[in-house]
Amino acid sequence: MLLTADIEKKFQAGAGVKASLRVPDNASITILFGPSGSGKTTVLRCISGLEKLTAGKVIFKEKDWTNLPPQRRPVGFLFQDYALFPHLRVRENIAYGTRGRTEIVDRVAAMLKVGDVLDRNPFELSGGQQQRVALARVLAREPELLLLDEPLSALDAATSDHVRAELAQLLRSLRIPAIVVTHDWVDALTLGDWMIVMAAGRILQTGPPQEVFMRPQHREVAAAVGVETVAAGRVLSRAGGVAMLQVGSAQLAAADPGSDNTDFYVCIRSEDVTLEKGRAQQSSARNHLRGTVVAVVPAGVLTRVIVDVGFELVALVTRQAVEDLQLAAGAEVFAVFKASAVHLIVKGI
Amino acid sequence: MNWQAFLLSMKLASSTSIILLIIALPLSYWVAFSKWRGTFLVEAIVALPLVLPPTVLGFYILILLGPRSPVGRWYESIVGHGLVFTFEGLVVASVLYSLPFAVQPITAAFSSVDRKLIEASWMLGVSNTATFFRVVVPQSWAGILTGLVLCFAHTLGEFGVVLMVGGNIPGVTRTLAIDIYDRVLELDYSSAATTSAVLLAMSFVILCTVYGLNRKVWFFAADRRH
Repeated sequence: MLLTADIEKKFQAGAGVKASLRVPDNASITILFGPSGSGKTTVLRCISGLEKLTAGKVIFKEKDWTNLPPQRRPVGFLFQDYALFPHLRVRENIAYGTRGRTEIVDRVAAMLKVGDVLDRNPFELSGGQQQRVALARVLAREPELLLLDEPLSALDAATSDHVRAELAQLLRSLRIPAIVVTHDWVDALTLGDWMIVMAAGRILQTGPPQEVFMRPQHREVAAAVGVETVAAGRVLSRAGGVAMLQVGSAQLAAADPGSDNTDFYVCIRSEDVTLEKGRAQQSSARNHLRGTVVAVVPAGVLTRVIVDVGFELVALVTRQAVEDLQLAAGAEVFAVFKASAVHLIVKGI
Repeated sequence: MNWQAFLLSMKLASSTSIILLIIALPLSYWVAFSKWRGTFLVEAIVALPLVLPPTVLGFYILILLGPRSPVGRWYESIVGHGLVFTFEGLVVASVLYSLPFAVQPITAAFSSVDRKLIEASWMLGVSNTATFFRVVVPQSWAGILTGLVLCFAHTLGEFGVVLMVGGNIPGVTRTLAIDIYDRVLELDYSSAATTSAVLLAMSFVILCTVYGLNRKVWFFAADRRH
């Protein structure tokens, strides 16, 4: 194990954090995922040494870091707002922790494509450039572990899409294990090899990001990874790998998870739901639920439609579909989705 | 204009400011960053000279430095003469009297340094002490300069403490402020007026510097450019 961290941190006010995490030896990227206030940044700060543990231990490469000051941990910490020194130029920022080794400054500056801004002040740089300078400063110290706290949250949407791809490529090419804190599931899917989901100071689920994304094990995780419809349901019958469930006043078919449980949370991703005017004839989808449109809300290039089908179901459709189907509050529609698009979470975990 | 008194005041104000800088930097750092709950006690003690009558402060300093106190005796055993009614005694008194004028602005400046910058320095392997000189101090220039300049101005203007501890010995402890008092007692109003005008002008210029310094970051950005 590269990193073994059993972290217990209590604060004077509010709930504390209690989390155990393991990072394997290969140079992987671990995503620490969760909503604001879930304690993920606290975990990162405890690993870095910026925060002292109330109890527990941090072991890195068989060395006990628990009582080591932050200066003596070979960690590269990228702060959320980058924390560049405003009184130092870019070159001096990158050289800050290198003890006068100028050759490495030039090397990391070239690698991160900031060689042409070395004589500028940090406040003269764009957000993307600031992030690259901050990364260069961190890498110039040749860390053995990278900790990135919300690396994309300080950027505007247009920039962050571009920077996210660059960052993913860079992190893979560096071959330095990294832990990335984020509350954005696009970041998680793009950057991560492994994902740890936190909520309210506890770890709820771990696994490959795709797996967590497709099969959340808690309703909080489902909500956090962008599942918009989460409703309580009860199994009525099971046959041939398909379970029929009562959800609100509607009945729907789902892939049978094959346990003895009868009470589940029904999770349906908005993008898996299509809306149609009448009952579709050629669709292979199992579920055709008649409902009434409650609200139509623009959501970027798509439109979010909330339909009452006996429970509130959210669908994400194109603007073209809104026009073709004349979707507006009160309109009658059929919501169509496959049984395999329904993910069931056992209630009571 | 009494040039001897002028030079003495300048010497006293400069020595006091320099000594206070050395004392206030670590003290302010401690007040600004200590997690100890009793920090307010230290802050209150530091601020005492702001509210005490100078005579009260002067009285205690007189007792503290006098030949009957351990401090006074210890000093006399080393240097060969006492502290009271000497220039060194005046410096000690001024340092105590002007302490809040150095500590308060510097503490405020240290407290307003972005905590993230300090942590970023630590995470780059730089020790607490080096971080202080490489991040905290450069980020606090305006506050440190303000503290220094205020100490200088405040020491120039002190009267009660000087009179209590230093007395009124020409060339040794007779400062500008005391000189004015003497002249008025001698009914030499024209000399008193000249000296007063000089002190007024100097104080005004110094305060303008302080407020100009704190209004703008001009000298901050400017000293980074060519």
